[in-house]
Amino acid sequence: MSLLQAEGLTKHFLAKRGLFGGSQGVVRAVDGVSFQIEPGRTLGVVGESGCGKTTTAKLVLGLEEPSGGRILFQGRDLATLDAAGRRTYRKSVQAVFQDPYASLNPRMRISQIIAEPLVTNERLTADATRQRVLELLDLVGLPPRAADLFPHEFSGGQRQRIAIARALALSPKLIVLDEPVSALDVSIRAQILNLLRDLQARLGLSYLFIAHDLAAVAHMSHTVVVMYLGKIVESGEARRLSLAPKHPYTQALFSAALPSHPDERREDIVLSGEVPSPLNPPSGCRFHPRCPHVMPQCGEREPPLIETESRFVACHLYGDAAAAPAAADRVAAG
Amino acid sequence: MAGEPLLQLDRLSTHYVSAQGTRVVRAVDEVSLTVHAGETLGIVGESGSGKSTLALTILRVLPPAAQIVGGRMLFEGEDLVRKSDAEMREIRGKRIAMILQDPMASLNPLFTIGDQVSEPIRVHERVPRASAWNRARDLLKAVRIPSAETRVKQHPHEMSGGMRQRIVGAIGISCEPRLLIADEPTTSLDLTIQAQYLNLLRDLQREHGLALIFITHNLGIVAKMCDQLAVMYAGRLVESGPVSQVFNAPVHPYTKALLNSIPRLTERDQRLTAIEGQPPDLAALPRGCAFAPRCVEAFDRCREEAPPEFTPGTRHTARCWLAPKAQTAGLQREAV
Repeated sequence: MSLLQAEGLTKHFLAKRGLFGGSQGVVRAVDGVSFQIEPGRTLGVVGESGCGKTTTAKLVLGLEEPSGGRILFQGRDLATLDAAGRRTYRKSVQAVFQDPYASLNPRMRISQIIAEPLVTNERLTADATRQRVLELLDLVGLPPRAADLFPHEFSGGQRQRIAIARALALSPKLIVLDEPVSALDVSIRAQILNLLRDLQARLGLSYLFIAHDLAAVAHMSHTVVVMYLGKIVESGEARRLSLAPKHPYTQALFSAALPSHPDERREDIVLSGEVPSPLNPPSGCRFHPRCPHVMPQCGEREPPLIETESRFVACHLYGDAAAAPAAADRVAAG
Repeated sequence: MAGEPLLQLDRLSTHYVSAQGTRVVRAVDEVSLTVHAGETLGIVGESGSGKSTLALTILRVLPPAAQIVGGRMLFEGEDLVRKSDAEMREIRGKRIAMILQDPMASLNPLFTIGDQVSEPIRVHERVPRASAWNRARDLLKAVRIPSAETRVKQHPHEMSGGMRQRIVGAIGISCEPRLLIADEPTTSLDLTIQAQYLNLLRDLQREHGLALIFITHNLGIVAKMCDQLAVMYAGRLVESGPVSQVFNAPVHPYTKALLNSIPRLTERDQRLTAIEGQPPDLAALPRGCAFAPRCVEAFDRCREEAPPEFTPGTRHTARCWLAPKAQTAGLQREAV
């Protein structure tokens, strides 16, 4: 059974338009998104700003209520949980955010920061709490004396370790990692990515890993989901998806990823234009105004997410074989 | 590359001195490097490595606490260190231009795009406003801004992030400089927009024969864009050379570790090589090599004595005691 399952997850925000907020528009931040997170595995989410990846993380964390669809945690629908059930859920799902300078309270000692979830959720004695804090510090590779210091005494990488220790305090099953290394220096990023993978192997954690660095996502994830304007356009096994993307957007995204070596030559697919506003998304396939393989039906009908070669793709080039086999061949060859 | 270099830095040092003069931060320390016309140099380093201070030094726009304490900067044969402020104003924006990281902060929200793109032209070439505006419109077309005629009359808030960054690029090239310095020009941009922008910069460079200096922490940008690479650590240039040579045969352990620490799309199962420890405090540098405390190959001499600059190959330099060995190894390999 999946640890967490999202079915047709949707979040719409009302946007006020105009000077007096008269007419209202609807921002479809997340629009009918489904995915599963398996125990001990990592699901990576990639996409550009405005694609809905952070809103998805907020829905999973229970910081936003979905406008449609549902989230099942260990088979139970979150919407049907009672107060005690919600409390247990929040303990099992924790988060590590991008900026460790903003996510740690500068007036609290490290021991207080890490112990805060324990104090609010578990009735431990002062000694037991202290013991647990020291265990957690050890788990993330910080010395015991760190407990009595303040956040400003640490570098970015060490602060991110503290944030990870805090997320681990309640022994969660799932950790949402929203851009966990993008604020860190290059030489420190590898330390944190290695730590996260070690912790996963040791504690059997699941991760929802959100980042715009495609190589980092491919490195960390078992399964990758690609989002564009609130929709999943492609999902599949991380390595296969990153080596042979199928959706034209995924192809363009991965071709835009920077090479890791000067001799590495990628096919240059440069998209024209920019991501349209989610307030007024294009009709049909939301990617069609920028798509290099656009066909007449793309602007009219929205392509469903269909399974093809152990992959899910939402594109008219695939599946409906009668539609355009020639075009699909062209994409596969390109 | 034949001919005189466009820019030649010779043992350039810039230090920040505290008000009492007690604390000295060696932000840039004895940096020597050259840039030829039409060439792209990538300067990489972590935060605090001195790469941005180096850029500010070249343009002579340092904050009051910072001073150039030694060295020379020869630009087209003239030493920029000795120029007066008035002479620097003639060079800045006209012969050397700069693109900053945050396009929203480098554009004035109260002026139109046309005013801001034409400003350097009016200042440096003293042409009338109308013809400067015409040039501005052409520049917007050159940086591929659609419907340039209406865009010149708009304000920065009416543009997207990618467009603003291209406008900053248009201001940079407005007086056809010889050298363009770009400090983290794409960090605030999305991936597909970043690809558009990097391609645009490369096209502009080819058309105008510009020399480009990219200041970045992203080795991917260097791999994609640059001919030459300079790696900075704790204010010093630890390694420099042609990009393919440094990527294929890095000499300095810091460069090696940096190259191994970036995740690659193709390898999930390989563990990343992390560089343990933290970058040092620039006001309290260790006695020997600044990287020695984090270096896996360090030996006693590294902790005692800072290594000088060795040249393990043509235009390839490294500040490491191991560099002479790498040099002989390289020569043997060439002989075979």
